[in-house]
Amino acid sequence: MTNSPVLNPEANAGTPEVLRVEDLNIDFVTDAGAVPAVRGVDLQVKTGEILAIVGESGSGKSVTARTALGILAENGASRGGVYLKGKNMLTLRGHELREARGRDVAMVFQEPSTALNPVYTVGWQIMEGIRAHNKISKKEAKARAIEAMRQVGIPDPEQRVDYYPHQFSGGQKQRVVIAAALALKPELIVADEPTTALDVTVQAEILQLLRDLRDELGTAIVIITHNMGVVADIADRVIVMNQGQIVEQAPVIQLFEAPQEDYTKSLLAAVPHLGRESASEGLAERPHQDAEVLVEAAGLKVHFPGRLGAPGFTAVNEVDLKIHAGEVYGLVGESGSGKTTIGRSIAGLNRITGGSLKVLGYEMAQFKERTFKPLREQIGFVFQDPAASFNPHLTVGECVAEPLAVHRDLNPPQTRAKVAELLESVQLPAGFANRYPHELSGGQRQRASLARALALEPKLLIADEPTSALDVSVQAKVLELFRELQAELGFAALFVSHDLAVVDQLATWVGVLFRGSLLEEGLGSKVLANPMHEYTQRLIASLPVPDPREQAQRRKLIERLNGS
Amino acid sequence: MSTATLPASNKSWLDRLPVISHLRMSSGLQRGMLIAGLTLSGLFIITALFAPLIAPFDFAQSSDASGDFPRQAAPDSKFIWGTTATGYDVFSRTLFGAQTAMWVILAAVVMSLFLGVLLGLVSGYLGGWFDRIAVVLSDAIYAFPSLLLAIVMSIVISQGQSSLFGGVMAAAISITVVFIPQYFRVVRAEVMRLKAEPFVESAQVIGASPWRVMFAHLLRNATRTLPLIFTLNATEALLTLAGLGFLGFGIEPTSASEWGYDLNRAMSDATSGIWWTGLFPGLAIVLTVMGLTLVGESMNDLNDPRLRRFSRKKAKRITQSGQVGASK
Repeated sequence: MTNSPVLNPEANAGTPEVLRVEDLNIDFVTDAGAVPAVRGVDLQVKTGEILAIVGESGSGKSVTARTALGILAENGASRGGVYLKGKNMLTLRGHELREARGRDVAMVFQEPSTALNPVYTVGWQIMEGIRAHNKISKKEAKARAIEAMRQVGIPDPEQRVDYYPHQFSGGQKQRVVIAAALALKPELIVADEPTTALDVTVQAEILQLLRDLRDELGTAIVIITHNMGVVADIADRVIVMNQGQIVEQAPVIQLFEAPQEDYTKSLLAAVPHLGRESASEGLAERPHQDAEVLVEAAGLKVHFPGRLGAPGFTAVNEVDLKIHAGEVYGLVGESGSGKTTIGRSIAGLNRITGGSLKVLGYEMAQFKERTFKPLREQIGFVFQDPAASFNPHLTVGECVAEPLAVHRDLNPPQTRAKVAELLESVQLPAGFANRYPHELSGGQRQRASLARALALEPKLLIADEPTSALDVSVQAKVLELFRELQAELGFAALFVSHDLAVVDQLATWVGVLFRGSLLEEGLGSKVLANPMHEYTQRLIASLPVPDPREQAQRRKLIERLNGS
Repeated sequence: MSTATLPASNKSWLDRLPVISHLRMSSGLQRGMLIAGLTLSGLFIITALFAPLIAPFDFAQSSDASGDFPRQAAPDSKFIWGTTATGYDVFSRTLFGAQTAMWVILAAVVMSLFLGVLLGLVSGYLGGWFDRIAVVLSDAIYAFPSLLLAIVMSIVISQGQSSLFGGVMAAAISITVVFIPQYFRVVRAEVMRLKAEPFVESAQVIGASPWRVMFAHLLRNATRTLPLIFTLNATEALLTLAGLGFLGFGIEPTSASEWGYDLNRAMSDATSGIWWTGLFPGLAIVLTVMGLTLVGESMNDLNDPRLRRFSRKKAKRITQSGQVGASK
C-alpha cells in the first residue's frame, strides 16, 4: 500500500485537526471466519474541510467513516485509534460516547425515508438530539429546531416543524436529517452516501447545501460516496479506498487531473462522462427508422388506483413512442417519471389503462396471458437488481435454462450445451452454470441475467436500469458487453435508466420522461447537447461530471437555471 | 455494505442440514440452549423408538408369571416407578407413552404440513376468490378454541371407541385441522412477499405457467421457516394430545399408553399421597415439550443473523485463525 504524499500540506497547516485515524484495522466475524474490512488506514480531517472517501462496494469506506461516531457492527473487531478532538472513539463507552455523538460528531444517512421515524414529527426528532445534550425547555429546543430547519433551507419552518416525515419530499427529508445533524453544531459531520437515494436534480441541491454549511459554519464534512461526479462537485480532498486500504489521497483537482495509482486511473476511466462516447455521435437522423416497428405506443396511459378513496396515481400519461427493429431506445427520467412502468407494460407485467400499446403487433389493451404467451419468447427482460432477479435456490445454469425449459423442448444434454454457449457469449466460464447466484459477484450476475434474457434470441430486449446496482468499473464492463451483443445479434432494446451519461453511451434515440409525460425525444447527442425543454436542461445541468474544473462551471449554470 | 460473497456450497450437504448447520454456527448460551433441547428431544425419540426393548413390561400388562401386579405399589426394585391403580407398571407406560406421542406428532405435523403448504402456495400466488375463502376459513378455525375443535373431531372420527390406530389418527387429524391455518398463513404471507420479487417476475416475463412459478420458484423459497414451525407445532400437538387424553377423549389404556390419560387417572391418587402415578407422565410431558421448544426457539434465533450472538471466545478464535472468505 502506498499513500501518495499530500501536496501542499502547509496550506492547511494552521487549521486544527478534528479527526485523526491512526492505523485502523477492522475485521468482521462471520460463520466462515474473519473477514478483513479495513487494513491500516491513517487519515486526518481538518476544520472546515470536506473530505470525500470514495471506493466501490466492499472497499471499507463506510466502515471506516462510521468509526468516527464509534459505530461498529456487533460482529466487528477493531484495532488502532480514531481520535475525535483527542478522544479515542474506539475505546469510549456508554455515557462518554453518547456525549460525543451529536455534540462533536453527527451523521447523515443514505436513505432519508428510513432514517426518520414515521410516527414522530420532524421537529420532535430534531429536538431529541438537542434535549439529550442540553437541559433546556421544550420551547427553547423547538426554537432551535426551527432555526436548524431554516438553516437547511426548509420553507416555513415554524409550521413545518410539526409535520410528519411523510409530508416531506425525499430531498426535503434529507434536509431534515441534515438539520438534525446540525442542531448541536458539531465540528464534524459524517455523510454516508447522502445523495445516492435522491434524484440528480435534488442531489445538486443537497450538495450545494452541504457546501454552504461548510462555508458558513466551518463544519468539517466527511462524505462517503461511490459517485465520482459528487466527489468532483464537493470535495476538497479525496481518499480512494480499495479492499480496506487507502490507495491514494490527494486534493481533488490533483486526483482527477494527475492520478498517481493505477487503481485510481482505472476507476476514473470507468466513470461514464456525459457527452463522451455518445452512441449517436455523427448521426444526422434516426437510424433504423424504416425498419419494422416493434413497439408502438399511442396516448399510452397507466393509472394505479389509490386505496380506499385516496386518489390514484397516473404513472404514465399520454405517451407516444415507437421502437424500431434493431434500434436501442434510451428512456431517461428521475424516480416516479414512469420509465420503469413503460418497460414493464411492454413486457406485460403491468396492465395499461388507456390509449394503445402495440407490442410485436399485439394490442396490450386487450391483454390476456394465454394469447400473449407465445410472444414472450420474442421479449427479453433484464432487471435492475441482479441479486434479486435470480431464484436463490436454483443454480445459475438452471436459471439461464429457464426460458428454454418453458419454450423449447430440449433434452438435458442439449440444454447444458446451450447454457454453456450462452454463458460463453456473455463472457462467463461455462463452469459457472453449477454455481448458485449468491456465489457470483454483481457484475457476473448481471451478465448471467443478460444471458437468460437472450436465451431465446428475442427481437426485443427491455433493460430496466441494468447497471444502477453495480459499481462503476463493473458497470463499464457490462455496458461494453451489452453494446457488443447488440451489435452482433441486432435485437431492438428499450434501455431504461436515470443516468443520462449511460443512456447516451448505448442508445441512439433518447426520450426524456418527466412525471409520466414524454417531454422530448431525439438523437442522444442532440438531446444532451442541445436540450429543448427546460426540465431537460436542468436535468443535464444537475448531473455532476467527474471533473472538478468543469463541474465548477456547470454549478454556475444550475444556479442560473434555478434563478431564472 | 461490504457483503462479501461467502462460499457456501463447498460445505458438505451434512453441514447444510437444518439442525446441524444451526449447531455449527451457534455459540455461548445459545449453543447451550440448543444442545439441551437436542438432548431432550433425542432422548424422547430414542425412548419412542426403543420403548419395547427398554420397557420391562408391556403398557397394558397387569400380571406376569408370578401372578397379578400389586395395585398402587410404591417404587421398588421390580417396579422402579411404582404401579397404577389398575396395576400397570408406571415406568413401562411412560416409555410407551413416548411412542404414542411421536406417532401423533408425526402424523399431525406431516398432514398439516402438506395441506397447509399447498393451500398457502396456491392461495398466496393466485389470490382471487379462492384466497378470500381460504383466509376466512382459516380465520374461523383460529377463532375456534382448538381443544374444543379437537374434541369434536375425535368424537366424529372415533365415536369415542378407539384402537391404537383410530386413537392416534383421531388425535392427529383433530390437531391437523387446527394446524393447517398456521402453515397456510405462514406460507401464504411468504408467497405474497416473494410474489413481488424480481426473480418471480423474471419467471413471469419468460412465460412460465403459474404452476411452474409456484412449484419451481416459490415453493423452496417460501418454506424456509418451516423447520421452525415444525418444532414449535410438535410441542403443541403433544400438548393437545395430552389434553385430549386428560379429558378422556384420548386412547383407551389397553390400546396404547398415553401420558394425558395416565395423568387423568392419577388425579385421585394425588390426594391419597400416591405421587408416582402422576409425577412421571407429567415430567415426561414437561421435558419433551421443553426439549422441542428449546430446539425451535434456538433455531429461530440462529436463523436471524441479527439475533445470532457470537460469544467472545468464538469471535476471538475466528479473528485469530486466518482470514477466510475475504476473496471476492
